[in-house]
Amino acid sequence: MRDIIIAQNLSYSYETGDDSRTLAIDGLDLSIQRGSFTAILGHNGSGKSTLARQFNAVLLPSGGRVLVDGMETKNEALLLEIRRRIGIVFQNPDNQIVSNVVEEDVAFAPENLGVPSGEIRERVDSALKAVGMYDFRLHAPHLLSGGQKQRVAIAGVLAMGPECIVFDEPTAMLDPQGRADVVRIIHELRDSGKVTVVLITHHMEEAVGADRVVVMDHGRLKMDGTPAEVFSRVEELRALGLEVPETTRLLYELNQRGCQLPLDALSPDDCAGAIYAMLTEGRES
Amino acid sequence: MLKDITLGQYFPGNTFIHRLDPRTKLLTVVIYIVAVFLAGGWGGYALLLLLAALAMAVAKLGPKTLLKGMKPVLFVILFTAVLNLFYAPGEPIWSFWILHITREGIRNAARMVLRIVLLISSTLMMTYTTSPMAITDGLESLLNPLKKLRFPVHELSMMMSIALRFIPTLIEETDKIMSAQKARGADFETGNLIEKARALLPLLVPLFVSAFRRADELAVAMESRCYHGGEGRTRMNELKMAGRDWLVLSGALLALLAVILLRIRGL
Repeated sequence: MRDIIIAQNLSYSYETGDDSRTLAIDGLDLSIQRGSFTAILGHNGSGKSTLARQFNAVLLPSGGRVLVDGMETKNEALLLEIRRRIGIVFQNPDNQIVSNVVEEDVAFAPENLGVPSGEIRERVDSALKAVGMYDFRLHAPHLLSGGQKQRVAIAGVLAMGPECIVFDEPTAMLDPQGRADVVRIIHELRDSGKVTVVLITHHMEEAVGADRVVVMDHGRLKMDGTPAEVFSRVEELRALGLEVPETTRLLYELNQRGCQLPLDALSPDDCAGAIYAMLTEGRES
Repeated sequence: MLKDITLGQYFPGNTFIHRLDPRTKLLTVVIYIVAVFLAGGWGGYALLLLLAALAMAVAKLGPKTLLKGMKPVLFVILFTAVLNLFYAPGEPIWSFWILHITREGIRNAARMVLRIVLLISSTLMMTYTTSPMAITDGLESLLNPLKKLRFPVHELSMMMSIALRFIPTLIEETDKIMSAQKARGADFETGNLIEKARALLPLLVPLFVSAFRRADELAVAMESRCYHGGEGRTRMNELKMAGRDWLVLSGALLALLAVILLRIRGL
């Protein structure tokens, strides 16, 4: 099976007091391909975090269905099998660390799964090394910086041995240094080829490195394509309350002033190259 | 200001006592407390005092650290001493107005003070040399037989360890809220006790709201990491009784026996 997560005609609504219900996800179809790196974008309230919680059966569909590795999330007997495959890293690092000692926190998931203690040790050590926190294994989490805590949280999910990791705005509460570290680790994980990565974010720059960008608005899919395809639709993104990466913005602003630049040069190098090509071309003619 | 509070004071180290299994330390403290209450004469107390001093030396804890830990109960110790000193029947050796000090009074006061000091120093020595997590694990393991009576042992120990984990986080948060309110003119320092307590009320509301939100998020995060109660759970660091643990436990039982024998012989 090629797709690790399949959402079919998924909708989800929650009660908002006095018998009224709010629709957070509205008839959404989405498949996440195994081994891919998908970025999900959307402004606050677009339903993207609700969607993440559908992927590991923390929330169950009100309509339609979600399949994880072929297993339907509504099937309660498969709950642990689903959750061990899909790990989630949440926004606030403080509220997902369970233990007083870093290594014991990383051991939490394998302990819950009943892994023998010798193997837990191996998993914990390799997970901590993967996020560069091995030297801090005996520290107390509350003495670490936000970025370090978030790396511990990632290690805690890695130790579970998931096939797919969903990052739910993992950098929203971090300083620039912590953000850079977490983004680097996400890219390393993807490059390792062992896990599927789904990154939910509203930092456009973080989505540039993805294979595929999905834009959500009011619980629906609005755009779906490669970063270059999605980000070149500047006006549409702005209409949805989203900004574009700095590079695209520069190219777009220049085009507004009469230049003829391609909008899909996303990396700073490509962007500089495109501008350089235009300038030298102008000189030749 | 609030960060100075140290709860579950633990001084990391690698001495013989630090390396003991938490269950050994818990049981030894219980045996020791029983012995303190059974001791009758000075012989018994001398033995117990000697053992406490020995443990202190092995754990490399100075008497200063222990005295510091006793500060909060100083009042209780003094109160007991005074009460025993003046309210014992017998031949007064010194009298003033309605106060009489008797020989028995002095003896009782000294004995009570010694008892309290021994009780507290033994428990302090355990918390100083055992991490809170280890104490929780040890308690869970010792209370395990109660699971048969449907007593929620795992749930209790999970609650305890999560509480320990979030104490520093919530203290930090209290500090932040206090600073934010001070910046807008709140006054926490002046006024009498009632006024000070009233000033804390607006602090508690945001603190509680955030604690509930944290609890909610933590529950989702724990479920996401496959937490489903204590059933089928394994541990990375399993508790193991080593030779030294049996040595210490049998030593503690021998000491208890000695105290009982001393009491029978009236020492």
